[in-house]
Amino acid sequence: MAEPLLAAAGLIKRFGGLIATDNVSIDVRPGEIHALIGPNGAGKTTLVSQLTGNLRPDAGTIHFAGRDITHLPMHARVRLGLARSFQITSVLREFTALDNVALAVQAHAGHSFRFLADVRRDENLRGLARRGLEEVGLAARADTPAAALSHGEQRQLEIAMALAGDPRLLLLDEPMAGMGGEESQRMIGFLQGLKGRRCMLLIEHDMDAVFQLADRITVLVYGRAIASGTPAEIRANAEVRQAYLGEGDA
Amino acid sequence: MSLIASLRTPRGLITVLLLVVLAVLPLLTQAFDQRYLLSIGTRIVIWAIAAVSLNMILGYGGMVSFGHAVFFGIGGYAVGILSHHGVASGWIQWPIAIVAATLWAALVGALSLRTRGLYFIMITLAFAQLVFYVGGGLEAYGADDGLNISRSRFPDFIDLRDKASFYWLCFALLCGTLWFCSRFANSRFGLVIRGAKSNELRMTALGFPVFRYRLAAFTLSGALGGLSGILLANEGAYISPAMMSWVKSGDLIVIVVLGGMGALFGPLYGTIAFFVLEETLPPLLDLLRTGWGEYWQIVFGPMLVLVALYAKGGIDSLFGSPKEWRRHG
Repeated sequence: MAEPLLAAAGLIKRFGGLIATDNVSIDVRPGEIHALIGPNGAGKTTLVSQLTGNLRPDAGTIHFAGRDITHLPMHARVRLGLARSFQITSVLREFTALDNVALAVQAHAGHSFRFLADVRRDENLRGLARRGLEEVGLAARADTPAAALSHGEQRQLEIAMALAGDPRLLLLDEPMAGMGGEESQRMIGFLQGLKGRRCMLLIEHDMDAVFQLADRITVLVYGRAIASGTPAEIRANAEVRQAYLGEGDA
Repeated sequence: MSLIASLRTPRGLITVLLLVVLAVLPLLTQAFDQRYLLSIGTRIVIWAIAAVSLNMILGYGGMVSFGHAVFFGIGGYAVGILSHHGVASGWIQWPIAIVAATLWAALVGALSLRTRGLYFIMITLAFAQLVFYVGGGLEAYGADDGLNISRSRFPDFIDLRDKASFYWLCFALLCGTLWFCSRFANSRFGLVIRGAKSNELRMTALGFPVFRYRLAAFTLSGALGGLSGILLANEGAYISPAMMSWVKSGDLIVIVVLGGMGALFGPLYGTIAFFVLEETLPPLLDLLRTGWGEYWQIVFGPMLVLVALYAKGGIDSLFGSPKEWRRHG
């Protein structure tokens, strides 16, 4: 079996008396889509925050592409190829869609201590950004301020920004959150198109999406990973059914 | 930006006219024999440089530094102290003053930029007050009373004692500062700074080490602030702690907000408006009733409130959509 791209081992995070992450180990192998599911309050976002560098774990290690990143700050992890989208849409609202993606491209194009040249005439950045917008189907909205895009379009824009640096791992925190049925289906279709080419860790509430997309699923309940396996294994797992699926949260 | 194209918009026309008037101001004041106006004009130009430098971090970067006048003080005292000890050459004084302001900005930035919001405001204010009280305690340099100094010497280059020459030097430096700011605002660096104002977490998650870029911007802004301090000390041939009191820092913020935050020429409009009101409101109020002029800020205050409530983009926004300008720029 190939060496995992991302491997977290024995992560523990406490908030006062509450154990939000209780000895969780999770890994993502090259090329796969690994989904993380769990009821509200299971600690999914806390876990993701430790993987991205927003939060420091109290114990445990995180390796990415063979390198210990447990103590690296967020921006340095992104530089190594760990890109993320946010559960709550996070774009630069005053900037056009194209500028948003161009900044994402710029983040991976060397340092930005360049004070004089007009960045909007930098055809390298603009060209890559335009292609990124095309890939998510937003080419026609390039010059629209991000704040004026629909919710669904903003989520697409976020994906384009995450993809801009050609990341080795995409960490998608509920990419379908707040989307209507049709929009969700389009996003699922888009992510399916990336399958095999992009390695993903997908945090998602939408069970349809998870079972359509994931190669493997890890179930988080009360901060513990109670099960991990293929969609079929998870569906058949009695503990999961009782703790989660049976409760009708899906 | 093509100058001809910018002339077609009201904003461009007003700005170009303003710059032309400023460029020939010494000729106008000489023609009308109004020397006093040239002195005000010089101070406007110097303050505008400081305001542009504050706008770079406050307007574009969202960093509300409440201690920017400290750079008036550091630039001014560096020149004044050197001059007091017989180092008269501006070629030596000015670089030392700029380096001093830069180092201080780097130090203050490195500590204060780890905080946000109100804490950032308070820390920048605290550092400025620290320097203010140090200045007031320097008995050798006049303590609170300040110190008369002689103007920097640039032999065979420019005589700063000549009011018109000094004005034109300040004006040239303002133009240079505005040019730099216009490039900065649309550069890779500028976009990172503006992006971090819009959404810091997003910028970090894109892979930008936001702190480093903010520190660089803060330091750059301090260096330009130091330049304005050098000029201010030379303008009055005088330094005192009053030039870096927190009131001056507040005035600079008012100027930037009044003119239009994050607009290239906003600080220039703001400075002109501020000085014009400061000069004209007191006599106007005195006309109403003798003695009222002293309280001109009672009128000025509500005007600021109106700008804050109804003209968020400041004076700049009165000239039409800033988008138009950016497209031309």
